[in-house]
Amino acid sequence: MSGGMSKIVKTISNISFPLVLIYGLYIIAHGHLTPGGGFQGGAVVASGCAMILVAYGSIWTMGKIKEKHLSILESLGAIAFIGLAFLGLIFGFVFFKNFLIGEGLIFDNPALGLSDIYTAGIIPLMNFAVGLKVIAGLFAIVLVMAYATTKKEAETK
Amino acid sequence: MMSKRTIAGAIFFSIVAVFLVFSALMTHSFGNPDETEMDQYIIDNSQGEVGADNSVTGVVFDYRGFDTLGEATVLFTAVAGVILLFRRLKK
Repeated sequence: MSGGMSKIVKTISNISFPLVLIYGLYIIAHGHLTPGGGFQGGAVVASGCAMILVAYGSIWTMGKIKEKHLSILESLGAIAFIGLAFLGLIFGFVFFKNFLIGEGLIFDNPALGLSDIYTAGIIPLMNFAVGLKVIAGLFAIVLVMAYATTKKEAETK
Repeated sequence: MMSKRTIAGAIFFSIVAVFLVFSALMTHSFGNPDETEMDQYIIDNSQGEVGADNSVTGVVFDYRGFDTLGEATVLFTAVAGVILLFRRLKK
């Protein structure tokens, strides 16, 4: 496992990884229009990252990105989420108030149909924050577990 | 001979079990859910108030934002626990 799988698997993963990435980001970005949202799209993207992890092995992946950086990304997502909620407390006097609705700044169009992505106030921003959190969090879990088991196998041999 | 802890645990679990059974009996009947006022309010007003076409997202991120905050906290705690647990195995 440490060196990854065969060349066929690596090539197929290289081809299909961008498609998985685009699909997951689409689910996150259209969370306020179609079924899905930050959690679901983040899970899709994290599955694609786990595919790369399985194909290339955990040592190679750990050389590319450390779990420290993933942990920082996850904390950034959480801070953005809670910060948006507190901004609602500041601007709208209620925690989790959708303060961008009716202000005319961004994401302020009225909801008309399934085509307009420029709606719903802070909900798209919250979707992106939660999506970042779920991507980084799930990938950190998978990466740390895979790396730990790889080291353990190498020690017992 | 049962210890005090066993007796206290048995009493506690029986209370919880009775509570769960009664709460299960008091929920909506299975198969034909009746609309509550909250359902109809969300169906009627979520598009206008939240601005999201997806009513589920409107409920999850706006009406019940605290629930989503709890979910995010659960995920954060899980990730922190896993990273903490597997940290010592690397050396």
